[in-house]
Amino acid sequence: MLKTFTLGGIHPPDEKLSSGSAIVPLPLPEQVKIPLSQHIGVPALPLVKKGDRVKVGQLVGEAAGFISANVHSSVSGVVVNVEAVVDTSGYARPAVVIRVEGDEWDKSIGRQETPDRYLSAFSREEILTAVQAAGIVGMGGATFPTRVKLSPPAGSHPELLIINGVECEPFLTADHRLMIEKSRELLIGTRFLMKALGVEQAVIGIENNKPDAIAKTWEAVTKHTLGIKVCPLKVKYPQGGEKQLIQAITGRRVPSGALPISVGVVVHNVGTVYAVYEAITMHKPLIERVVTVTGKSLARPGNYLCRVGTPVACLIDAAGGLPGDTGKVISGGPMMGKALASTDVVVTKGTSGVLVIPENEARRKTARDCIRCAKCVRVCPMGLEPYLLMTLGEYQQVEKLERARVMDCIECGSCNFTCPAHRPLLDMIRLDKSRVGQVIKSRK
Amino acid sequence: MSNIIIYTIVSLCAIGIVSAVVLYLVARQFRVDEDPRIDQVEALLPGANCGGCGKPGCRGLAEAIVRANSLEGLSCPVGGETTMPAIAAVLGLEAGTRVPRVAVVRCGGDRERRSRVNHYDGYPSCAVEHALYRGESACPFGCLGLGDCARACTFDAIRVEEATGLPVVREEACVACNACAKACPRGIIELRDKGVKARRVFVSCVNRDRGVLARGACGAACIGCGKCAKDCSFEAIVVEDNLAYIDFRKCRLCRKCVSSCPTGAIREVNFPSRKVELSKVGIEN
Repeated sequence: MLKTFTLGGIHPPDEKLSSGSAIVPLPLPEQVKIPLSQHIGVPALPLVKKGDRVKVGQLVGEAAGFISANVHSSVSGVVVNVEAVVDTSGYARPAVVIRVEGDEWDKSIGRQETPDRYLSAFSREEILTAVQAAGIVGMGGATFPTRVKLSPPAGSHPELLIINGVECEPFLTADHRLMIEKSRELLIGTRFLMKALGVEQAVIGIENNKPDAIAKTWEAVTKHTLGIKVCPLKVKYPQGGEKQLIQAITGRRVPSGALPISVGVVVHNVGTVYAVYEAITMHKPLIERVVTVTGKSLARPGNYLCRVGTPVACLIDAAGGLPGDTGKVISGGPMMGKALASTDVVVTKGTSGVLVIPENEARRKTARDCIRCAKCVRVCPMGLEPYLLMTLGEYQQVEKLERARVMDCIECGSCNFTCPAHRPLLDMIRLDKSRVGQVIKSRK
Repeated sequence: MSNIIIYTIVSLCAIGIVSAVVLYLVARQFRVDEDPRIDQVEALLPGANCGGCGKPGCRGLAEAIVRANSLEGLSCPVGGETTMPAIAAVLGLEAGTRVPRVAVVRCGGDRERRSRVNHYDGYPSCAVEHALYRGESACPFGCLGLGDCARACTFDAIRVEEATGLPVVREEACVACNACAKACPRGIIELRDKGVKARRVFVSCVNRDRGVLARGACGAACIGCGKCAKDCSFEAIVVEDNLAYIDFRKCRLCRKCVSSCPTGAIREVNFPSRKVELSKVGIEN
């Protein structure tokens, strides 16, 4: 019997069109726009100005606080400007715009693993410093600075590291390909993270719709005795959610409002682990990532290794160009991703995929009245009552919303997916969360 | 048999009398003295409970007025010209004069001037669209046109016009309660003094982007060129963050700025039509 989480969940169609296509490096674009806020927390402070020459890997934005992250140039060239650029949110935020000239890397970055040192010889502090310097953030989508996650608060005892290779979003295959092509590197990265956290055990959670990834990782794990296990999981969305994954693997429930560390677990995404591996063994900052470009109407769906700051349009061109009947371009997966206002929006550290949806599938169906079927309640993986949260939101009942645990919502979209009346539940709940969040903040 | 009936009647009467005495004593002991003037004042208020005065409903305002025993800073914006003097008469106070105000929509980006570059089909509310997406037009400051303001209005004084996609205020119905301004997530609606003969001049734009961006997003945008501020003889116009703002307390309604604005972002309302041809700067009343 395969493990999975118990509360709620749905089974959207898989649609992993690009799981067979190997990761291909994307040609350099003519110009990149590197947002200074690609993470949760304080935006980085720009270190360059118009006219400066930069190399690949050069620091262009410095972390401005504990919950913040460094931002590096992903290309070599000349800084055109530091200006506000429209990002995934649709609003303009500060970014460094660089015109690409050649591909000259900063000298400190190795292009290969450093062979002069046993990997076990890195100390905890060295690992943490390297992660901090490389500007690594959670690459599963939440983009929380990894350095912060590796510094558990005083009094907490991490005992288990979970590597999130679930990739439960339909269509996305970036993590899947990474596990197949870089299984050895991922194990080394995992060892680094285990050392940084001081834990003896790690589990890699992979859903069993990726048997090749499970086999590959299994093979790598059994070759060495590293304290790392592979845990195949029964397919169910949203298993990639931190709290759902912890419950699936360990059976432990993270209490409402608490962090996973409260049950002794830390979760990191496969993409993050690979970035950690590169940061420590090659001094390579987080300047590129694997992005799945997919969609049923695309000519060549695939997985591309692309520099941060590359316009989404370049990725779509590489996959065969934007089809004429396109209705929506989504950054991320179909469940949690965000429709883009334009294809000039750039890839950031948290962009896991670009999904093109044809016009006839893009439109939402007309919302009707709630029929009290409670399907949304049954599928909610956090045990919330989405229909209630929506109604309370319509009447702006902030205190009742807080009591109904609206802040526990992980915005997985299962309620939206399952609602037979096509009610836009998650739209309203997201607004509720921001309203309640403001009230909680103002209380402090 | 008849005994039982008699006992029942007697015992019930006895319980009734004892309870009545207890209730009377308790009511006397715990009586709450309330100023009868609160009820009088409340009766004079419109009873719309719109919250325009900043208090929780009409009762809240009545309590606040009686408690403060002054009308300083307390007034019902909705009640028209008679309400506050009537309340003042009841309390034996002096009613201050109140300048009538009206809600003004500061966005001129109708469908013609501001093209729609996206399609939004999520929850039909400006608040949601503003929080999650940038809206359907290229202007991240302008009206979203989903009518949160109209839903917030208790007086049916504002509604979104189908043809332009912009809200229009019915001046005779607007009581300046501020509900629409609070409901607008983009802060487009502002309360301004109604002005002499309800004539007003205002900048019908809130775009704070640089001129080139603002102009690209909307043909009726304020580009912050500062021409109006230079032309104003009364120092009523300030340009801040690429956006001009006309202080209605200083404006003398000379309308020089209206003709000098290159994009037609400054609007005049309720003026008699001018002899000068205005169509070339794209102004409509």
